[in-house]
Amino acid sequence: MAAVDLSAVAIPPAERSEGYWASVLRRLRRDPVAMAALAIILLIVLAAILAPYIAPADPFRGSMARRLRAVGTPGYPLGSDELGRDMLTRLMYGGRLSLFMGVTPVILAFIAGSGVGIFAAYVGGWVNTVVMRVIDVFFAFPSVLLAIALSGALGAGILNSIVSLTVVFVPQIARIAEAVTTQTRNRDFVEAARISGAGPLTIVRVHILGNVLGPIFVYATSLISVSMILSSGLSFLGLGVKPPEPEWGLMLNTLRTAIYNQPLVAALPGVMIFITSISFNLFSDGLRGAMEVRQ
Amino acid sequence: MIIGAPPAPEDRDRGGPGTPLLDVRGLTKHFGGKGGLFGKAKSGVVRAVDGIDFSVAKGETLGIVGESGCGKSTTARLVMQIIRPDAGDILFDGEAVGSQALSLGDFRRQAQMVFQDSYASLNPRLTVEETVAFGPRVQGAKPAAALAKAHDLLHRVGLEPRRFAGRYPHEISGGQRQRVNIARALSLDPRLLILDEAVSALDKSVEAQVLNLLLDLKRDFGLTYMFITHDLNVVRFMSDRIMVMYLGKVAEFGPSEPIFEKPGHPYTAALLSSMPSMDPDHRTQEAPLTGDPPNPIDPPSGCRFHPRCKMVSTLCSQAEPRLSTMGEDHLAACHLADPQSGHPRLAAA
Repeated sequence: MAAVDLSAVAIPPAERSEGYWASVLRRLRRDPVAMAALAIILLIVLAAILAPYIAPADPFRGSMARRLRAVGTPGYPLGSDELGRDMLTRLMYGGRLSLFMGVTPVILAFIAGSGVGIFAAYVGGWVNTVVMRVIDVFFAFPSVLLAIALSGALGAGILNSIVSLTVVFVPQIARIAEAVTTQTRNRDFVEAARISGAGPLTIVRVHILGNVLGPIFVYATSLISVSMILSSGLSFLGLGVKPPEPEWGLMLNTLRTAIYNQPLVAALPGVMIFITSISFNLFSDGLRGAMEVRQ
Repeated sequence: MIIGAPPAPEDRDRGGPGTPLLDVRGLTKHFGGKGGLFGKAKSGVVRAVDGIDFSVAKGETLGIVGESGCGKSTTARLVMQIIRPDAGDILFDGEAVGSQALSLGDFRRQAQMVFQDSYASLNPRLTVEETVAFGPRVQGAKPAAALAKAHDLLHRVGLEPRRFAGRYPHEISGGQRQRVNIARALSLDPRLLILDEAVSALDKSVEAQVLNLLLDLKRDFGLTYMFITHDLNVVRFMSDRIMVMYLGKVAEFGPSEPIFEKPGHPYTAALLSSMPSMDPDHRTQEAPLTGDPPNPIDPPSGCRFHPRCKMVSTLCSQAEPRLSTMGEDHLAACHLADPQSGHPRLAAA
């Protein structure tokens, strides 16, 4: 090497291009559907977080005299439930657990599933085959059945239902992670990195993660709605949250006896689940659209 | 500019000028052939590269030509050890690659490759300067030094760092991307550069610019090229010596001019006559080569070219021709080049 100190050379400031994620954000902002969905999600999340400050009533205090009031009754803007508790309050508080139990398993599964899938695909060969065949076993069960079976085996409770939903989602995310990583690792730039002497960890960190985490993340956001519905379902079946804790799935269950007296009130928790999960889905669609434009 | 000047060649020239920089003996790669997971029927073995020998002298450009699927790119990947050869030795400057004297890592620091697909060979998430600085960073250079080197190399390949360093691959043209790939390959100060169809995907005008750039870089950095292409005009422009491959075998090997003037293998002759003539009065009326190359899973017996050869005789389907000397360093794997082969046309001549 010619004895020249390279670091002493001043580097002229280069023109910066907009990074990939900045361009994704810019395109996402131009998508009215995704933005509307995001606004609804934020509204629901804020209402849930701020429930103790903005909710009109106490979510646990009922009144035997004022049971099952209709929507619009003075003092009960969204009616009252079978124990006379304010529905608006309970829906706001219910969002806390429902969102938590919907999002947490997806985050956990995103971390674990990406790890498993990227590892299997990058190592390749028989390791990949073994890992993916094990994952295929999980696909043999319908996810609802698997979640119920696991929750039933672990016992009721918030933690157990999060664990069982995570187990349901890990194989799904791992399979996507494996697919995109296999695609990426066979591209020429990975080979070029390998022949410049980079080790596997460096290649995964610099060249693989940046190209695969995006698609995996989009897939994971589309699982949030499934996760919310499943966790509500578990609560509905008595495998998740226990009464009197407010949670949309559980509220749907306890109100089902009132379906003939106050159908609108009884449907409200279901409407919340529906709106939230469809918003997550629309947002995830918008995100995918914003990311698919030329890389 | 002095910065980023290549290391003086003599520093690393262990074997001396007489030793070929790259010496390949009996290189073989067969794909497939193993039974499936559950012992399914054996699939055929693709004889992608079937025992080829060649060498690249220091400072020369070896052109490798042939039709699609003849094993050109596989040869490049085998030399770079991106895929493992089934058999054969690769000697770099007299030392076996992977031996104690020359580890795989040492070899790769001295041999780099430019791929055909300029887009697929750049990470879309990295800027141009990050891509070029990646190699030096991996080899332990400080971030500032690696970046300075990247900027210098970008300047050398004709991309003004001020404008291009912060760009992403999708924001620049194919020719500019291929320049980035060349800068990336040069970032480790290699002695051997393998160019695998590096200009084939470019427009003709851009191709010419990049070829001239490659010639300049070769002179400035004292490089040796292995230049793989299917374009005969390009290979004639670039190469000192040429290796013609057919179905994983060497068909002809020798200095550039004799091969173009007096091809020793009917396949080479057919390739040359398939070059479009610039003279409208001498249009090529008949396709000199018809049909696709045979399936490398089941190559023809004897000479692999015999089903498509105009000079075919019964001998050709029975015996595989040896590489016979046509002239100085000029070898052809054809019975017609071997006076002892007993090919009937030899007697007639």
